[in-house]
Amino acid sequence: MSDSPDSTKVPIAVRVWRGTPAGGAFEAFEVPQQSSQTILDVVTWIQRHLDASLSYRFACRVGMCGSCAMMVNGIPRWTCRTHVNKVMRDNRLTIEPLRNLPVIKDLACDMSEFFDKWKDSKGYFQGSTTRHESVSTLSPNSPQRRVADAATECINCAICYASCDVVNWNRDYLGPAALNRAWSLQNDERDSASRERLSLVAGDAGCHQCHSQQGCATYCPNELNPTASIAGLKRMVARAYVRGNIDRDGRKRNA
Amino acid sequence: MKAHRRQPLYLAFLLHRLSGLGLALFLPFHFYVLALALESNAEFDQFLHWSASPLVKFAESGLVFLLAIHLFGGLRLLVLENLPWSDAHKNYAAMALAGGFFVACGFLLRAF
Ligand code: HEM
Ligand code: SF4
Ligand code: SF4
Ligand code: FES
Repeated sequence: MSDSPDSTKVPIAVRVWRGTPAGGAFEAFEVPQQSSQTILDVVTWIQRHLDASLSYRFACRVGMCGSCAMMVNGIPRWTCRTHVNKVMRDNRLTIEPLRNLPVIKDLACDMSEFFDKWKDSKGYFQGSTTRHESVSTLSPNSPQRRVADAATECINCAICYASCDVVNWNRDYLGPAALNRAWSLQNDERDSASRERLSLVAGDAGCHQCHSQQGCATYCPNELNPTASIAGLKRMVARAYVRGNIDRDGRKRNA
Repeated sequence: MKAHRRQPLYLAFLLHRLSGLGLALFLPFHFYVLALALESNAEFDQFLHWSASPLVKFAESGLVFLLAIHLFGGLRLLVLENLPWSDAHKNYAAMALAGGFFVACGFLLRAF
């Protein structure tokens, strides 16, 4: 972060949500403008110069770790890679904790349910070979591998989760990131849990909840398209039903 | 409208839901009129007379618009869910809306 305020420019009027699960309110700050300033720089400046008790979360600052997402002027964004001059309106910024997740304090929210849903939908690789077998060879050009690769580069930032109204309406809905991950794994030829995973994502809280609004695809900072992945899962589930190779004991969180 | 909802395909979703609800509200009325046709000649004639008024014709074209955008929008969603992925869904949604206008205007022109 460059620490040289540009005194020729008017300061930014920043409203930051402060509070705890019990409640909170916006607090106003004035932050000097700097060149190439990111939203994360703004938040950090407030914490270093105006109020050391401001809580927020970040780690890598280069768009790798997915920990810095916040609502900026009402839209979920990775704050370390979002430049102030791209999103500021009339010199104003409103910064809030990520939508659809319980807040811990100020701008830091509790990501547990987001990651629990990855686990619930078996969002991890399960192999069937051991070290005694040779390493499997995969062609990066096979159609299936291309589909899996297209969905791979997720940084678990929960921006899609925050932009999804279905998550907001149905707290059990697995959400775009977990389903996108499941789709990637369903297309991994080496994975051996696809039948189980398919019945998990086909359940009441799974892929069929999605209304294809594409908020997730609109705001995903890595330009992934969870909607396309979810549509793929819907087709895969439908095909499995027709052929009778899906287990009907999929997860029912409501039950 | 909340900022994160201001994107074309959310508006398409909203239009689809509102048109679906509009159609659902209209349906009982539609059945009522069908029942009239079966049961009471006089009342049905009265209804036909009423429905010939320009204002009703105009409202009807609104209904045709709702049905048309719901039909085209619904077909778009079925394509999205059942055929290989396309990145052009913003264009398809715009086409569904334009198709709805086209059909409703066509209805209006024929009605007068
Ligand atoms: C003309 C043929 C029709 C087609 C192709 C069609 C298609 C669809 C589709 C695909 C959906 C799912 C939307 C989603 O996943 O978000 C839907 C929802 C809906 N439809 Fe239709 N539909 C048709 C006619 C009707 C009619 C006549 C009514 C009214 C009685 C109606 C009322 C609704 C309602 C209320 C919804 C729920 C909207 C929502 O969940 O947002 N539809 N329709
Ligand atoms: S496309 Fe589906 S998963 Fe993505 S934001 Fe919309 S409803 Fe949520
Ligand atoms: S799919 Fe995109 S928006 Fe969602 S968690 Fe992964 S990187 Fe973030
Ligand atoms: S701080 Fe790691 S992605 Fe922003």
